[in-house]
Amino acid sequence: MPEPIRTILAKHSREPDELIPVLQDVQKEYGYISAESVRGISKYLRISENTIYGVSSFYAQFRFTEPGRHSVKVCLGTACHVRGGATLLEMLERGLGIHCGETTEDKRFGLDRVACLGCCALSPVVQIDKEIYSRVTVNKLTEQLKEYE
Amino acid sequence: MNKLKKKINLAKKKWEEFVDNREPIIYVGAASCGRAAGALDLLSDINRFIEENRVKAKVVEVGCIGPCYLEPLVDVKMPGEPRVSYNNVTAKTLQNILKAHFQEGIPFAKAAIGHFGTNSYHDIPRFYELPMLKPQVRIVLRNCGLINPEDIDQYLAVDGYQGLMKALQMPPDDVIGVVRQAGLRGRGGAGFPTFKKWTVCRNAPGEQKYLICNADEGDPGAFMNRSLIESDPHAVLEGMLIAAYAIGASKGIIYIRAEYPLAIERLKTAIAQMREYGLLGTKILGSNFNFDIKIKEGAGAFVCGEETALIGSIEGKRGMPKSRPPFPAISGLHGCPTIINNVETMGTLPNILRNGAEWYTKYGKEGNRGTKTFSLVGKIRRPGLIEVQLGTPLREIIFDIGGGVQKTFKAIQTGGPSGGCLSEEFLDLPVDYESLASVGSIMGSGGLIVMDEDTCIVDVAKYFLDFTQKESCGKCVPCRVGTRHMVELLDKITHGEGTADDLLSLRNLGDTIKKGALCGLGQTAPNPVLTTLRYFRNEYLEHIKDQRCRAAVCKDLIEYRVIKEKCTGCQSCVRVCPTGAITGPRSEPHNLDVTKCIKCRSCYEICRFDAIAGDAIVIRTAEKRS
Repeated sequence: MPEPIRTILAKHSREPDELIPVLQDVQKEYGYISAESVRGISKYLRISENTIYGVSSFYAQFRFTEPGRHSVKVCLGTACHVRGGATLLEMLERGLGIHCGETTEDKRFGLDRVACLGCCALSPVVQIDKEIYSRVTVNKLTEQLKEYE
Repeated sequence: MNKLKKKINLAKKKWEEFVDNREPIIYVGAASCGRAAGALDLLSDINRFIEENRVKAKVVEVGCIGPCYLEPLVDVKMPGEPRVSYNNVTAKTLQNILKAHFQEGIPFAKAAIGHFGTNSYHDIPRFYELPMLKPQVRIVLRNCGLINPEDIDQYLAVDGYQGLMKALQMPPDDVIGVVRQAGLRGRGGAGFPTFKKWTVCRNAPGEQKYLICNADEGDPGAFMNRSLIESDPHAVLEGMLIAAYAIGASKGIIYIRAEYPLAIERLKTAIAQMREYGLLGTKILGSNFNFDIKIKEGAGAFVCGEETALIGSIEGKRGMPKSRPPFPAISGLHGCPTIINNVETMGTLPNILRNGAEWYTKYGKEGNRGTKTFSLVGKIRRPGLIEVQLGTPLREIIFDIGGGVQKTFKAIQTGGPSGGCLSEEFLDLPVDYESLASVGSIMGSGGLIVMDEDTCIVDVAKYFLDFTQKESCGKCVPCRVGTRHMVELLDKITHGEGTADDLLSLRNLGDTIKKGALCGLGQTAPNPVLTTLRYFRNEYLEHIKDQRCRAAVCKDLIEYRVIKEKCTGCQSCVRVCPTGAITGPRSEPHNLDVTKCIKCRSCYEICRFDAIAGDAIVIRTAEKRS
């Protein structure tokens, strides 16, 4: 087992309640849940690998492939939808040549949709890494992406 | 308790010195929305100004005061003068504001939106007299944007934790009695009387009882809970202590969305401060009450707002609802009696205990006591977080507080994706639990989305249903299969391929799902479709019979056109068109080849904002297909 996983697991008790917090910590460290991590978690929490996949695939937060260097999240909450969020997602899918939930081949961008970032009054919003961009337009977003390498 | 009283006196003194301010104070609204609007850049500009000009001033990050359309907000309070609020501050106006206050000694009245003083001041209106604020009654939001959410002393100074102290002096049954008399109903959506739930849990046998605060605000378009936690976390935590004492719980959990990092951060800070002040742990304030709070981050599943699904998620399982009974109040987390209350319910409790039940019943109306917070968004002039008395008519919320819509009002969706879409004829409907239910909608947790003539009703109904369908956990057939089928039918209609029979199928499916689904998600999922079928039937028929989308939204039923008379041939659109659909030499009207056009909106946007002519590209409904 790689050292970081060991350290993460050591911070949690071996109760089944800890499964989701453990998965969250693993994803924070690696950006995704690898098959190897699942094996480690399974041994530690004494939960079968199948159950772990069952639980983790239920929640939108967890991903099972390596993420890109920058994560682009398009908000598709109601307010953003009414103000054109879906068009932004389409434009990104076309521009980056990937579908929502995928990563570009050069690993530069990963593209996702989120249900709501809670900045509805500034809609439509797009989150790139930790930065939230408000009142985004198709053209503004194209310019913005160039700043991320 | 005496220890806390001493701390309160100290905090009050500190607060008086703070407000008395021999030093100027600069407040920056730095909740998530303020940050998205650029508050953090302003913050560093302010600090640079202070350093470069060697002026003395305190800089305080506050939460959200509500009117999001004014973000970013910066307030300046000079010694002996009222606090002045500036809206939509840019880097440039910030310099003018600071120069005016610190070098000329007057406010920069031109850019000010309001002041918090009692008398008139430099022709600036009073903040609470602004049309957006005046009709509001702020009980839950009373401290938002006014105190520093990361400083427990400021909360203590504005009578924080007084409600808890009162509660601890009564037997728990009396606390439940006060909440009963106040008529508080759960603010999570269903409006179930809080005291009833509590009584069941209090009387349930079991050594261990749990209290859970539901902060899994999953409704797209709603941010009331995020704002409250970010702006006044101690109010929510005090409410949890009161509730836990009343039901006899010793363990508390806040289940909060991982998408709200700032709110989580502020809760952690607040909980650490509570420990330091003896407000958590054993023998709280010298009483026999023991309580501790843990934070659990949600992992992104809308259905986890449902009580039994939420419990499953905390137990480390898939968040799937269970059939009830047994209700969580009798058998919940790990089979122990558990109460789950919404963030806003918690935020209301300290106020009720502090001021008494009678005071609370002055607000709202019979059966619907008190206030409710709403996030007012969509095509509205003044979007933001608001709090009004229950029973306030929709018209007052949309037009007085929200300032109306820019174009023509079409509909308002209450209750988020599981709510109903109401047309103009319901504008005088009072917003309370029963009135909304009587017209096929719900109160929900408080999202209000306003739509104008540019919003396609069929598209919106499809959007909501698509959302609930994707979030359906898949446990029961009506919800899993039924919502899927409804989305497919709506999809057909938005493509102009629907038939009149489809409308009948939609209604039948909707009615069946409402009756047959296991949990609240399924039982309310068809609401947007059923209400729009009732109140906006014509728009459905237009899509079906004429293949026409009057709002020009449904992609298959619209086209982009260049208006030759307006186009100056500036080539802006030619440059941004990704498919080469727009052509034409400079200075001559451009051509748009509709067969190449993918309707990506780039040209439309650039023509509106950056082109020389402006508005020469239009989106309009396509000719009827033959």
